[in-house]
Amino acid sequence: MPLTEQEHKELKTIAKKIRKDIVDVTHWSGGSHIGGSLSMVDFMVVLYWKYMRIDPKNPSWEDRDRLVLSKGHGGVGHAVILANRGYFDFELLKEFNQFGSAFGMHLDSKKATGVEASTGSMGHGLSQALGMALGARVLKKDWKIYAVLGDGECNEGSIWESAMAANHYKTSNLIGFLDRNHMMIDGPTESVMSLEPIDKKWEAFGWYTQVINGHDMVQICDAIDKALTHNGGPSMIICDTIKGKGVDFMENNPAWHYGGLNAEQAEKAKLSIDKMYPDVP
Amino acid sequence: MSPVGGLTWTVYDADKMTQAETYGLVLSELGKMNPKIVGLSADLAKSTKIGKFGEKFPERFFNLGIAEQNMFGVAAGLAKVGLLPFVSTFSVFASMRAVEFLRTDVCYQNLNVKIIATHGGTSFGSAGTTHHSIEDLSIIRAIPNIQLIVPADAVETALAVQACVEVEGPVYIRIGRSFEPRVYQTDQYGFQIGKAVEMKSGTDVTVIACGAVVYHAVEAANILEREDGISVRVINMHTIKPIDREAILKALMETRRIVTFEDHNVIGGLGSAVSEVIAESGKACAFTKVGIPDQFTPHGYPEDLMHYYKIDTDGIVEKVRELLGKEFEKEEDWEDEY
Repeated sequence: MPLTEQEHKELKTIAKKIRKDIVDVTHWSGGSHIGGSLSMVDFMVVLYWKYMRIDPKNPSWEDRDRLVLSKGHGGVGHAVILANRGYFDFELLKEFNQFGSAFGMHLDSKKATGVEASTGSMGHGLSQALGMALGARVLKKDWKIYAVLGDGECNEGSIWESAMAANHYKTSNLIGFLDRNHMMIDGPTESVMSLEPIDKKWEAFGWYTQVINGHDMVQICDAIDKALTHNGGPSMIICDTIKGKGVDFMENNPAWHYGGLNAEQAEKAKLSIDKMYPDVP
Repeated sequence: MSPVGGLTWTVYDADKMTQAETYGLVLSELGKMNPKIVGLSADLAKSTKIGKFGEKFPERFFNLGIAEQNMFGVAAGLAKVGLLPFVSTFSVFASMRAVEFLRTDVCYQNLNVKIIATHGGTSFGSAGTTHHSIEDLSIIRAIPNIQLIVPADAVETALAVQACVEVEGPVYIRIGRSFEPRVYQTDQYGFQIGKAVEMKSGTDVTVIACGAVVYHAVEAANILEREDGISVRVINMHTIKPIDREAILKALMETRRIVTFEDHNVIGGLGSAVSEVIAESGKACAFTKVGIPDQFTPHGYPEDLMHYYKIDTDGIVEKVRELLGKEFEKEEDWEDEY
C-alpha cells in the first residue's frame, strides 16, 4: 500500500528519532557499527512500522513475518529499532556491549527479544532466511521472510549459494533488501572488491530485482508492494543508501564503519541530524 | 529377533546393509511418524542415503546442490520455524567445508538439527585424502552444545538415529561408507547417548574404541585372551561427547591400562577425550592412543588403511601387547627426572 501523507510524516519522525537513539547507544556502548546502522534506518522503519505482520508483545507468535539481519553488524541499529517498536525497554540499551547485557555488537537471537537469527559473520543470514521461507512452505504458512544484506557481504560465496537455491525453489515469500551504501571496512566497495553491476548479478541469479533510493520512503513502499505481488520467485530490493546517513561528518566516510562517540561528538551528531531533517519533528 | 526400536525391520537386515543404508531406512520410517522431519543434502542424497527419505517425502526434502554452507544455514532456518532437519553429506564436508555455519547458525543458536555425516574416517579410502575425514571428531567436539556419536555398526546406527530425535539440540552422528561388520546380535542392549557399552569384561587392560574399529577390538580381545591369556575389557565409546567419564574411570581403577583405537587423527578425537578424563583423575595409568599419527592419509582400500594404521584386529593385538610391556612410573621413581 502506498504511503499516505500522514504515514509518511510519522515514519520520518520515527526514523529521525531512531537515528538519534543510535547515536546515544553508540556513545553509551563505547563503540558501534554506526555507519551501516544509519544507512539502513529508512527501509527498516518502513518494514517494521508499515509492512511486517508482527506483535512485539508476543514476539514468538507463530504467524508473524520474520526479518533476518544478514548484515549482523547492524546490530546497534536493529536493537534501537526493536526497542522503539516495543519489543523491550530502550533503557536496556544503556548496557549495550557490557558483560551480562542481552545486547551487543552482533545480536544474539536467544537473548535479544525480536531478533530472529544470531548473525554477525557475513553471508549467513540469507541462508537462514531461506530456510525459514522453505519452512513456511512445508508448514503451509503465509509468512513473509525479509533478509537485510550488506553490500560488502555480497563478496561472500555463501550469499550466492543461497541466491541460487532461493531461485531454484522459487521462494516468492523471501524478500531481500541490499543496503547498498558503497562502503566496507577497508574502503569503497568498488576498490576493495568490485560488486557492479550488482543488480545484474541478482537478476542473473533469477531474483526479481529493483534498484531504488533507499532513503526515499515512497520508493521503498512502492518497491515492497511490487515485491509482495511478485509470485515468480524471490525478490531483491537494492537500496542505494549513504553510509552514516544523517550525520554530516560520518556520511560516506568508511572510517565510521565502526566508531565510538564521546559526549561532545554525540551532541554534534544529533545536531547534525536535526539540521539534516529540519522539517521532521 | 525383535524389530529395532519398533521399526519394521530386524537386526538381521543390518547384515545386508551399510550404516548409511540403515540410516536411510530408519529416517524414512521416522518420517512417517514425525511430520516435522525434513531432509537436506548437498548433491549427496544418493551416497548418504538420505535420498531414501527424499523419495518418500519429496515435499519435505531439499537438495541444495553442491553448496554445504547454505545447506547448514537453511537447516538453521528450518529449525527456527519448528521443523526437525536432518542434514547429510560426507563428514569431511560437514565438519570442515561448512563448519562455521554448523557452529554459528546451528550450534550457537542451539537448534534442533541432526547431522548424519557419512564416509567418516578413512572409510572412503580409495577416494583419497580429500575425502578422508580424520579431523571431524576433533573439530565437532570443540563446538559447544553439540553431541557427537560414532556408532559401531548398522544396528547401533539405527538406535542412534532414533535416539537423536529424542534429545533437543544439535547432534552429529558420524558413520562409515562401506559395509561394516555387525557387532551387535541384538538391539536390546540399552543404547543410550553418553553411556558407553562394555562389549566384553576384562581385568588386565581396557581397549576403548568407536565406530567400525569396535568390531576389530572385540575380535582382538578374543585372540589376546585365547593366545596370551590376557583379560581384555572392551568398551564401545559410541558417544564421544558427552564422554562417559564413569566408564573411563572405572576402567582406569580396575585395569590400570588403557588403549584407545579410532579411525581419526590421534589429536583431538576419542583418544584425546579419554586422556583428558585420565589426566584430570590424578591416577597413574599406562595409556596409549592409536589412530592416524597426525599425518595425511594415503589412498587405499579401507581395510588396507585400517591395517596400516593398526586399527584392525591384527593391529589392535599388536598394540595391546606393546602396552602390556609398558609400565607407568610410580611416584618414587620421579625424583631423577627433575
